[in-house]
Amino acid sequence: MTDLYQSQRMMRKMRRVAIERGLVAVLDVGTSKIACLILRFDGPEGFREADGVGPMAGQSRFRVIGAATTRSRGVRFGEIHAMQETERAIRTAVQAAQNMARVRVDHVIACFGGAEPRSYGIAGEIEIADSVVSEQDVARVLSASDMPDLGQGREVLHAQPVNFALDHRTGLSDPRGQIGHRLACDMHLVSVEAAAIQNLLYCIQRCDLELAGLASSAYVSGLASLVEDEQELGAACIDLGGGATGISVFLKKHMIYADSVRLGGEHVSADVAKGLHVPAATAERIKTVFGGLIATGMDDREMIDLGGDSGDWEKDRRRVSRTELIGIMRPRVEEILEDVRARLDAADFASLPSQSIVLTGGASQMPGLDGLAARILGSQVRLGRPLRVQGLPQAVTGPGFASAVGLCLFAAHPQDEWWDFEVPAERYPARSLRRAVRWFRDNW
Amino acid sequence: MQPLAAPASARRDPAPSRAAYRLHRLWLTPLFRTLVRVGLPGFALAFGVGLWLSDPARNAALAERLAAMVQEIRQRPEFLVRGMEVVGASGPVQAALPAVLDITFPASSLALDLEALRARIEAIDVVRSAELRIRPGGILEVAVTERVPVLVWRSRAGLDLLDETGHRVAGILDREARADLPLVVGDGADRAVPEAIALLAAAGPLGERLRGLVRMGERRWDLVLDRDQRILLPETGAPAALERALALQSSEDLLGRDIAVVDLRLDRRPTLRLTTAALAELGRIREASLAGDSR
Repeated sequence: MTDLYQSQRMMRKMRRVAIERGLVAVLDVGTSKIACLILRFDGPEGFREADGVGPMAGQSRFRVIGAATTRSRGVRFGEIHAMQETERAIRTAVQAAQNMARVRVDHVIACFGGAEPRSYGIAGEIEIADSVVSEQDVARVLSASDMPDLGQGREVLHAQPVNFALDHRTGLSDPRGQIGHRLACDMHLVSVEAAAIQNLLYCIQRCDLELAGLASSAYVSGLASLVEDEQELGAACIDLGGGATGISVFLKKHMIYADSVRLGGEHVSADVAKGLHVPAATAERIKTVFGGLIATGMDDREMIDLGGDSGDWEKDRRRVSRTELIGIMRPRVEEILEDVRARLDAADFASLPSQSIVLTGGASQMPGLDGLAARILGSQVRLGRPLRVQGLPQAVTGPGFASAVGLCLFAAHPQDEWWDFEVPAERYPARSLRRAVRWFRDNW
Repeated sequence: MQPLAAPASARRDPAPSRAAYRLHRLWLTPLFRTLVRVGLPGFALAFGVGLWLSDPARNAALAERLAAMVQEIRQRPEFLVRGMEVVGASGPVQAALPAVLDITFPASSLALDLEALRARIEAIDVVRSAELRIRPGGILEVAVTERVPVLVWRSRAGLDLLDETGHRVAGILDREARADLPLVVGDGADRAVPEAIALLAAAGPLGERLRGLVRMGERRWDLVLDRDQRILLPETGAPAALERALALQSSEDLLGRDIAVVDLRLDRRPTLRLTTAALAELGRIREASLAGDSR
């Protein structure tokens, strides 16, 4: 636990160093693509209030100066599967982004989609020594939270305090300086497979980069594609990625639930490839160009040439109607959405005050998805695109880059996590005292 | 199991190799970049030039060629000065100038240091200022303004002419050579020339009687008249004191009497000293009057 605490603190320090130096790269390691953006931080605020831009939640502090995307290799279900391949893909993306920015970056903030995130809500409660809540007290109440059993080989990725309660008052976002006796805190904790983090760390180190932060891609795509009132009133962001679908639920501007379904757009492509007996690349192209989810009478008449170069004239001249294609794609998408529905139900999403759902991610570009999703997930569904940030090239403003953009926001303005607070002072002396007592007992 | 190593004929890998990636990153490092783009060529250039110059024979040849080139440029007709023209100088100065300047014509104008030449000309006593310029056509024009003597100064060294600032103009052998100029005498007289001029101007009414001015103890003036009469003037306010004496002269014919010295050194107590003969006469008159009274 302390090991994790130390390594996370180290990453936070790295991030501070990178922002002081003014350059940081963000890396979205996805199943279908790896995106790398290079951010330049130009001092506190680039705009004056009079420009009508405003602070924009810290976004105006940075500017994207390099962007590159490459086809991902060696990643499955959002987890690194073949290290060498992934390392090469990361290298390609980073080099291309550096080439565009004409600078060298040393620090990188990364996110990934898979690794089975599991979300825990934990609570802690302490008595406050002197009736005013200090930063020390916040650290103490966070440490006093009862740690759930994460299971073998799992690590904490996020541990964000989401709510503080002081005596009978609850819903405080920052209790510091307030007066009370009992301080309680709710913390949202996301754990992932440790091996996935290890692999990513190894790949990034092989690219001569320093890791300055890690995030779950479900969380950061929520940051990028949910608008402020959705984050405040309660909303779920469904990031339909290539190999994994991330779910994050936000309430009162905090993530309160994160999960991921190990299904994504690549499964749809695989279904198309299997169903139509075409190579994967052709299937991907057909899905992107002709794909859809809701069939109409018109689609029966729209014939798609499958093509091919098998040498067999009959096979290479096959044609299917668009209805058939939709018939292949729709069940898989329904399956994904049903799975998402199940996860949301398990998380008691229905009890939130507002139940809007935002679909984002590369696979959300399938025509007709909003209609299908509304039937399965509820009526308040919309397709989300990531926020626009300064200097972002047009090519990377699509919904597929929601997590990359969210990662930029995360880099510029991270939420306070458990490790941002100092370790409570009394823990160390108590332990060393105990150790000293034990040493005396053993030796005398 | 499929072999892990990719077959040689596989599609070209778009990923840069680890070495290429590192090289690219190194190239994007600002310090390294400047080093390579500025430092390396600079070093190579310096090294090459150094190597080439390290041979003394080559070095000497280079120096020689450089000197020849400089010489050639200096000798160009555009830069030649063929003669000199002096403006505003009297005969002796004009005769002395070639020796003072010491230029052998034709000379290159690049070799002439006009500022130094001007200093040399202005070192001549009689020259107040000089202007030098090279006229188109290769003529060195020297415009000289001479000092005008206003006083003759008899000092321990001899007779000198002084201009209105007290600067020596020339020496003369005989007072009669410049009988038109008033005479001043005494050490340090040249440092008080403006005052002397003012006094001489004030002493105009004395006319022919004025013999000259004597500087006493380097601090004040004595006005010397004929018949060995002197007017002792104070250190400060000498012209005003002289005006008072001259007023007495015009009203009482002071200086026409048998008086040796008019002492005006003390402002509030002007004193007269009679000549010995006058003193004896005064004594005799007093005696006579005493005898007359006692009778």
